[in-house]
Amino acid sequence: MGFEIDKGGNYGEFGGAYIPEMLYPNIRELEENYVKITTSEQFKNEFSKLLKDYAGRPTPLFKAERLSAHFGMNIYLKREDLNHTGAHKINNTIGQILVARHLGKKRIIAETGAGQHGVATATVCALHGMHCIVYMGALDVERQAPNVKKMKMLGAEVVPVHSGNKTLKDATNEAIRDWINHPVETHYIIGSVVGPHPYPDMVTRFQSVISEEIKVQLSEKTGRDYPDYLVACVGGGSNAAGAYFHYLEDERVKLISAEAAGMGVNSGMTAATSLLGTTGIIHGSKTLLMQDGDGQIVEPYSISAGLDYPGVGPLHAWLAKTGRASVYAATDDEALQAALLCTRMEGIIPALESAHAIAILDRIPAGREETVVVNLSGRGDKDMETYIDKLGL
Amino acid sequence: MNRIDHLFKNKTGEILSIYITAGYPGLNDTSALIKSLARHGADMIEIGIPFSDPLADGPVIQKSSQVALGNGMSLRLLFNQLEEIRHVVDIPLVMMGYLNPVLKMGMETFLENCQSIGIDGVIIPDLPPREYASLYREQFQSFGIYHPLLITPHTEVERIDWIAGLSTGFIYLVADSATTGSKSSLGPHQLEYFQRIQKMNLSIPSLIGFGISNHETFSAACGFAHGAIIGSAFINAIGQEQRETLDNRVAQFIKGIKVEE
Repeated sequence: MGFEIDKGGNYGEFGGAYIPEMLYPNIRELEENYVKITTSEQFKNEFSKLLKDYAGRPTPLFKAERLSAHFGMNIYLKREDLNHTGAHKINNTIGQILVARHLGKKRIIAETGAGQHGVATATVCALHGMHCIVYMGALDVERQAPNVKKMKMLGAEVVPVHSGNKTLKDATNEAIRDWINHPVETHYIIGSVVGPHPYPDMVTRFQSVISEEIKVQLSEKTGRDYPDYLVACVGGGSNAAGAYFHYLEDERVKLISAEAAGMGVNSGMTAATSLLGTTGIIHGSKTLLMQDGDGQIVEPYSISAGLDYPGVGPLHAWLAKTGRASVYAATDDEALQAALLCTRMEGIIPALESAHAIAILDRIPAGREETVVVNLSGRGDKDMETYIDKLGL
Repeated sequence: MNRIDHLFKNKTGEILSIYITAGYPGLNDTSALIKSLARHGADMIEIGIPFSDPLADGPVIQKSSQVALGNGMSLRLLFNQLEEIRHVVDIPLVMMGYLNPVLKMGMETFLENCQSIGIDGVIIPDLPPREYASLYREQFQSFGIYHPLLITPHTEVERIDWIAGLSTGFIYLVADSATTGSKSSLGPHQLEYFQRIQKMNLSIPSLIGFGISNHETFSAACGFAHGAIIGSAFINAIGQEQRETLDNRVAQFIKGIKVEE
């Protein structure tokens, strides 16, 4: 079974570009150029140089001995949390800012939920002296004050979005509307493997450096370049797409996606999109999404702002539908406890998003001899207030 | 004959199409608004299906959609409300909405409902023309529902020709690269673009929308196309808290568009 996009930008029955005509020239310009640009020697050199010297790649693959003993499996943490700006998000923004420059764009827009992608975008805009506007739900602006301050210091304009429910979904709508209103000079740096084709594929390619490195590092450490299980959290799904990419066609590797169950999968307060979602269209992409019987998109809930998205990237919808990936959901409480466990056992404070991946490890039927790679997508600095508060520390 | 064809056959210019959001301002205002609009001189009505995430719309229609959904509007309820509409209104009625609620109902069921009520056309801005052509065109034809498509100032000539060939009823000229209601005047770029399209002599009638908000912009647009579509300005006018009845507000608005003040 193939997990690459077809000519129309579809992963099986998901994907595509469901955009109004106003966006057609923007999307077509990107679609016609992204492969050409990103496969050119010049781009590859610029990209890998920045990943190495600026973002700090390769990120380590760390054998988590105490967690391994605890769960009874050989656990390796892919340390995306050690990237510049604290998460895998920078891999994508470095790639996209270079694409924007090659296309001659002058103005950058982005959406952000928790602010991680906003900070990563503001960072590369500062690096390249580009004008940066970040749309952020008004509620998230309040909840994620430290990241708002970072973006401001980096020179970005943060626009609070008051439409809809004032969170990530609405920020994304507003960024798309901005792009409709500024079609020529603007590039939209979308933050995940979502949105209309070619975004899911382009962002996946930029994030695929994660699995490229896992292959090399795992080979050095275990003599085998693939794990038995590969675990990642999925909101939109960019860190998971990057961690899975080079193993998508390798059936020896079991792919495990961790979604946010919020208060519980059936509580009505959840972001377990692959488990509860049905086929529909959100932000220009056909995918699994949480919607009501009338096709209105339902606001998700998770304690983790990075997983709080009502859809999922079309690749992940296809992986779930075909059974290539198994999807588990961790509740807020399970994620919080997993974050504490990882912190106390390995001295690593994970982001709440990444904690969801750790939280489902006890449900994986891995044996003692088997190798499990967990993509630790980000660090927990941004979540300290939540941790202190909810864990009673 | 489809009522849209009938309209363009009998009236060659100054066609006024008004966009309403179903279920706004009140849940049960839709039929009354349609009747009122027809009585006071609208030539065509676009009935907007409210959606939680209207990507191509500016603040006014976003808000009206949110209010309508809060009021309890749904596609199913809308079809119920419109069951008797053809007993009282003759002008063309076009449904306009985003793809997701339509797909949730199922395209076939949706078109069947449209046909049974007497809807003449359906505009779905986020349904790509290519996908319409390959998946849905025959269904639209078999139910006798027209499908006007959009072009913008940035649509290239070859694509305009292709879209005009695919469109049925009329072609929708989006006046500017913008979300709805974000511009309130027409600049030289727009007029140059209207002129360019006018010179193409498309085989299908054209209506201009986005940025048409008053007598001045309506008249200007009518100089280049068969007429124009007004959405946000009308939603604004009927949404204001006023002492007057909805019918009076409609009458005043249409008079203001048609007659120089």
